[in-house]
Amino acid sequence: MARAFEPVVISANDLFDGRTIYLTGKDEWVPHLRQAELITDEEHARHRMAHALALSDHAVGVFLAPAKAGPDGPEPGHPREAFRAYGPSNYFHGKQAEDA
Amino acid sequence: MYQHSEFDRAFVVDRAARFRDQVHRRISGALTEDEFRPLRLMNGVYLQLHAYMFRIAIPYGTISPDQLRQLAHIADRWDKGYGHFTTRTNIQFNWPKLVDIPDMMDSLAEVGMHAIQTSGNTIRNVTADHFAGAAADEIADPRPYAELIRQWSTDHPEFQFLPRKFKIAISGSPNDRAVVKSHDIGLRMLSRDGVTGFEVSVGGGLGRTPLVGKVVRDFVPAVDLLPYLEAILSAYNTVGRRDNKFKARLKIAVLELGIEHIRELVEARFKEIRPQFDGSDQQVLAEIATQFRAPDLVSGRGTEVYDAARKADPIFRAWSDTNLHGHKHPDYAIATISLKKHGETPGDASSDQMRLIADLAEKLGHGDIRISHEQNVVLPHVHKADLPVLHAALREAGLGTANLGLISDIIACPGLDYCALATARSIPIAQQIATRFDELKLEHEIGELKIKISGCINACGHHHVGHIGILGLDRAGVENYQVTLGGDGTETMAVGERAGPGFSKDEIIPAIERLVQGYLAVREDASETFLQAYRRLGPEPFKAALYPAKEAA
Repeated sequence: MARAFEPVVISANDLFDGRTIYLTGKDEWVPHLRQAELITDEEHARHRMAHALALSDHAVGVFLAPAKAGPDGPEPGHPREAFRAYGPSNYFHGKQAEDA
Repeated sequence: MYQHSEFDRAFVVDRAARFRDQVHRRISGALTEDEFRPLRLMNGVYLQLHAYMFRIAIPYGTISPDQLRQLAHIADRWDKGYGHFTTRTNIQFNWPKLVDIPDMMDSLAEVGMHAIQTSGNTIRNVTADHFAGAAADEIADPRPYAELIRQWSTDHPEFQFLPRKFKIAISGSPNDRAVVKSHDIGLRMLSRDGVTGFEVSVGGGLGRTPLVGKVVRDFVPAVDLLPYLEAILSAYNTVGRRDNKFKARLKIAVLELGIEHIRELVEARFKEIRPQFDGSDQQVLAEIATQFRAPDLVSGRGTEVYDAARKADPIFRAWSDTNLHGHKHPDYAIATISLKKHGETPGDASSDQMRLIADLAEKLGHGDIRISHEQNVVLPHVHKADLPVLHAALREAGLGTANLGLISDIIACPGLDYCALATARSIPIAQQIATRFDELKLEHEIGELKIKISGCINACGHHHVGHIGILGLDRAGVENYQVTLGGDGTETMAVGERAGPGFSKDEIIPAIERLVQGYLAVREDASETFLQAYRRLGPEPFKAALYPAKEAA
């Protein structure tokens, strides 16, 4: 049996400062995962990924990042994505500090 | 230490200018990321989880006070006020903006530093014994040879696109403090019939296929060193696999073809190459050696202050018991500054700490500073009479931890907190182990015990050669930690053996505590180290301590 498609968001790193960025449903690259478009359909993911690559002039390493639905928008679907979304655990640096 | 020549200076400045142009072209869209990536990697610029990472070379771990101050300045101006010293004696900044990196390179060039060949499939930063030039057991200072190798390998056209990265380490002592046999080429200095030379090992490495280097020739006279290295690189360039990244290191060629075949290739190539070396390399070496002149050490000053401080101050005594090593001069000591304060990130130093170390090195350490592959800082020449003052200043800055070689002196890679390749975190595990054993007040009782932690199979944290190695993996989206036992990174190098199933992040600290308590229960006496007990008893009692429920069942 084919494995069920797991939800994803489209993510990358910003060319200028390297920070993690996410693609919204309005084709904007934003710094916050919760603003990203949560994609739950494989065909739609393929289509959006191709589109993201076409508009990714300052997005580096565009990829489909595992995510899940949360009350305030998408949440990380893997520990790696949690660190990318919020920052490292040894210092209060990165997104967690910017949001504080 | 070596001072950049006019050639070096021009080269480094030119490289920084070229990178500025490359960044400009990337931002303008003239270069795609695929075109830009190899260019940035040639200059030590990675893209990690949260930001770019900029890796700067500290050749053979030797750095001057002015250079360290410049790193502090860079940390403050373009990063977050700290730097991370790595197991290859480089320093990494975790938060630079791409547009700032050319300015950082210019700033480095002002003090003769750079990031060249800290990445890419080239000959990387040559590492050496961090006690070089000071160690009591040393045959000769290996750093002039390391500098010669740096000059020879920098931008060497034949070796800019090797099958894979290539690492060389060199030791001037019979006691190996540079883990030379875990390198593509390991050089161990020897003296034979009054001639200085090297035992040359090839094909060592850690990573997913950990292998101890094999001796390709037991004695290469120092005058033949460069042509012999060139012969090895040339043979590797020919037989190294380019079809599979995971099988491209020299160690795989040695494993698949056998050391005898590699030796034949190397020796045949050496015969061809040797006549091309007309002795100019030896002239360069002689010039380099003058720049590694030993400092003017003071005799007759007396060490009574040191002896009195040891008697009067138990904290100083504990520090001097663990953090000092024997110097060639009986009135001097090699002082290691621990960057492993309990609960802190291994290998990190704040800009203030860097400036303090630079000042102390100038005042008390003949201006000499080393970075060790164990992620600590070394002042190799401190008069014993100055040690109490040094220790007091270090303590005040959070740098006086007395834990060298003990359980909290942990090597840890950046792991999943930063690294794009990592599969699990390393830093919090190191922090928790250090904190736990500090609470137990057991680490001095435990004695020498090296724990090394890697956050993925690439083994930047050297877990294979930890007495206790910890490898962080991703098991279905959950961090999981495998334990290896019996690794050794010295002249008796051994790769640790996997103990059994891995542990969750919540289980790993109690597991390490059980393991260490198990060791304390079986050791003959306090003088038998963890590694010695492991070698005497084998893995079973240690596995029983790690997996008690399984043993009971």
